[in-house]
Amino acid sequence: MKRRDFIQIAGMGAAGAMMLPLPGFSAVDEARLLEPIIDVATKKKLADVALNTAKQMGATYTDVRIGRYLNQFVTTREKKVQGVVNTESFGVGIRVIANGTWGFAATNDVTPEGMKKTAERAVVIAKANSKFQKEPVKLAATPSYGEVSWKTPIIKNGFEVPVKDKVDLLLKANDNALQKGASFVNSAILLVNEQKYFASSEGSYIDQDVHRIFPTFTVTMIDRQSGSFKNRNSFGSPVGMGYEYLDGKAEDKIKGPGDVILYNKSYDILEDASMAGDQVKQMIAAKSVEPGKYDLVLEPSHMWLTIHESVGHPTELDRVLGYEANYAGTSFLTLDKWQSKNFKFGSPIVNFKADKLQPGSLGAVGYDDEGVKCKEWDLIKDGTLVNYQAIRDQVNIIGQKESHGCCYSQSWADVQFQRMANVSLQPGKDQLTPEQLISSVDKGIYIVKEGSFSIDQQRYNFQFGGVLFFEIKNGKIAGMLKDVAYQANTNEFWSSCAAICDSRDYRLGGAFNDGKGQPSQSNAVSHGSATARFNGVSVINTGRTI
Amino acid sequence: MALLSKEDAKKILEKAVGFSKADGISAQLSGAERGNIRYARNSVTTSGEDSNLSLGVNSFFGKKSGSATINEFDDASIEKVVRRAEELAKLAPENPEFMEPLGPQTYGAESKTFSDATAKITPEYRAQAAADSINPAVPKQVTAAGYLQDSRGFTSIMNNKGLYAYNKQTSVDFTVTMRTNDGTGSGWAAQDLNDVSKLTAGMTSKVAIDKALMSREAKAIEPGKYTVILEPSAAADLIRLMLNMNARTADEGRSFLSKKGGGTKLGEKLVDERVNIYTDPWNDEAPASPWTPDGLPRQKMDLIKNGVVSNLFYDRYWASQKNVAPIPFPGNAIMQGGNASLEDMIKDTKRGVLVTRFWYIRPVDPQTLLFTGLTRDGTFFIENGKLKHPIKNFRFNESPIIMLNNLEALGKPVRAVTSEGGGPGGGQNLLIPMMKIRDFTFTSLSDAV
Repeated sequence: MKRRDFIQIAGMGAAGAMMLPLPGFSAVDEARLLEPIIDVATKKKLADVALNTAKQMGATYTDVRIGRYLNQFVTTREKKVQGVVNTESFGVGIRVIANGTWGFAATNDVTPEGMKKTAERAVVIAKANSKFQKEPVKLAATPSYGEVSWKTPIIKNGFEVPVKDKVDLLLKANDNALQKGASFVNSAILLVNEQKYFASSEGSYIDQDVHRIFPTFTVTMIDRQSGSFKNRNSFGSPVGMGYEYLDGKAEDKIKGPGDVILYNKSYDILEDASMAGDQVKQMIAAKSVEPGKYDLVLEPSHMWLTIHESVGHPTELDRVLGYEANYAGTSFLTLDKWQSKNFKFGSPIVNFKADKLQPGSLGAVGYDDEGVKCKEWDLIKDGTLVNYQAIRDQVNIIGQKESHGCCYSQSWADVQFQRMANVSLQPGKDQLTPEQLISSVDKGIYIVKEGSFSIDQQRYNFQFGGVLFFEIKNGKIAGMLKDVAYQANTNEFWSSCAAICDSRDYRLGGAFNDGKGQPSQSNAVSHGSATARFNGVSVINTGRTI
Repeated sequence: MALLSKEDAKKILEKAVGFSKADGISAQLSGAERGNIRYARNSVTTSGEDSNLSLGVNSFFGKKSGSATINEFDDASIEKVVRRAEELAKLAPENPEFMEPLGPQTYGAESKTFSDATAKITPEYRAQAAADSINPAVPKQVTAAGYLQDSRGFTSIMNNKGLYAYNKQTSVDFTVTMRTNDGTGSGWAAQDLNDVSKLTAGMTSKVAIDKALMSREAKAIEPGKYTVILEPSAAADLIRLMLNMNARTADEGRSFLSKKGGGTKLGEKLVDERVNIYTDPWNDEAPASPWTPDGLPRQKMDLIKNGVVSNLFYDRYWASQKNVAPIPFPGNAIMQGGNASLEDMIKDTKRGVLVTRFWYIRPVDPQTLLFTGLTRDGTFFIENGKLKHPIKNFRFNESPIIMLNNLEALGKPVRAVTSEGGGPGGGQNLLIPMMKIRDFTFTSLSDAV
């Protein structure tokens, strides 16, 4: 994941406010974000021009994605607005198979003439590339869905909320943290709307309206005396929801161990900023961790990133096969391990499902970017590797007939390829709360919210930090720790999973900008879990003096 | 079409500035043509080209500013984009840190960022480079995966105060990973250039093939503190992390350059006195644009001199608050080297590790600039002055500041490619020497090949 990209966009980096529109995106006014610029009937007519042109040119398969991508970023620091940026990008990407080979071309000229020319170019490119092709593309069959639509089930469209309200909310949150004595606060609200129309030569015409939102902040405390400083990041998550995520409803608040308030399906940014102002002081004063083996109790807003890096990425089939060898890397979950049907990925209580369905998740859509209806499937069952994440031109390699429906492109201008679905740890079957879980731990650390992260190119060895660390002594929380990072081997780590709380504690965390491919593309994905325990994990002390 | 001359760019920008009815306007016109080819499993997987020319306008009224962009250049379209920026500016909240545009500036000599040879790259050239990379791999039972991308473009800016700046640039980035077919060895090599005539895809690929073959049957050694020899890419990966020498975060107390008790480390010794790092936009090997996106001139300037922090970077707002002249973020960085060759460094090492490159480097503690990451694609054990055998990859937890206090020897600086691309300024060109460091901290072993 390329969080650096996000940090730069949000102006949250130490380097200060860098507000650059994304490539291919034009800045627009707020009202433009609510204008429908093209209706479904017109999109169908335009798509048919491309489908017919490609067929006449000899394409055996064509898909057309007419996409309008809208973003809004509102960023502030302390009492100042740093930036309000609205962007729009509109165009079409056409993908064909000719001579058994993929070809792709894109244009922002969304007219009958533009569709025709671009479809022709895609076929020419496919034919030229076919000279290098060793094996023809084999597409798994998928039903023709006819004319269908899907929309993120939002209650409040974030783009309809006036910018002033967003600015006021962020400045109020900043003020709450400053009132508690914080030295600095950076905060932001990011909104995304993907209006995607997909049409294929197989007879599907799919209109989708996808919404995502990410409210976030960083509260910083400086202790000039000791020369130290700490950052406490927001406990909000990026989600596939509307502005209702910011309602901060009482029923969505969870009082966790260590008197920490955690958030589920809605988020109270004002309360969290205030809490951050208190906690960041405790973070500076916390006891530096004694390195050694600890039983870790990992909370869902932390665990999603460990799942993302150590389970989500190694189960991507293109990595397994070597297509990402020069950039994102390969995978230790090689085909022979899967073929053996008994490769123990984790302990028997470890079950992972992939999906593009979970309400509120970043991955949720009705259909993927090659027109496959989304579903849920098992990756790890009772601790054993049972499947990968694969799309239409890949599933034949693992002897399957049906795509998993996880094809995605970041925009109309980029070609779609296999991207990570939501990958989630299934909650425990027996009733267990985080407090009960902690009560059985003698020497442990309870970790809240994701922090520093790094993993090798085959996804064996990882290191994760966090935001809040609480020492567990004889079944009880015994105060805050600092300088904590844990290191493990993926396989050993998941094999040490000793307990998982039940579904009452299940929550989603996620990433807005997961990077893969060359040129690199970004993908948004969520990961669910309940609080879980891992025995005997190696913890290092990251404190240094320079 | 995307590569406009200085005169043609000026004409379009003059029109945009001329249409302004706001308190002021800054306009940026930039264009680029890019091409790429990607291969994996010894076969080309994707290739493409794109081209983009766009005009960005920032208009302001007082401290309220608005931006809009367009990619059509008839008079009506240019006027439309200016009006849209003005409408957005009127609606925008006030930004107390807004700075009015700069007046005319002097930019020194013509930049060295453009190469005619790179501007003429064709799809056939890219296909041949891929073939030159894949072909030597096959008979050695090695699988190639690589990526070549090139671009040619220009950037120009103008404002209502009479500032005009133009620069054209080219770039070529080539990376290749070679893995033995049995999956036990992996090698990597790369070139980042402005001038493609220096690109040797075949030879660079052979370096990666050799590394892959040499790295088979790696043995595990205990993690701990080791003397390391970092090849230029590995060294550059850590050096680039300390180049974010921002004055504001240092003044605010949230930087590795903040001082205990208040103030900054400007003028203080930070690292070994043999460390000298400077920026020079006119460097032949790693050139940079002689001006920043907001029009500030860049100059040759010391960053670290004899181990002492020589300059921190002040943006225009922070400079105005501190009553100092702005010091722009550098477009490149050059670290002076020594005379040691790789052979010399190995010969003088009793027990150590040779590192080809690092991977997945992420911050752990911004206060001490502690980072973690892993070795990758060729890690070797050195004993009694000899390269002994390949070893399993390590995870490190190290700060470049601590590392440069443990300096043993420096090689000759070369244009270095960082592992995940892009420095803190978004892709600075770096000239970095191979370096030998004592007590480098490896904290665990990785089974990854």
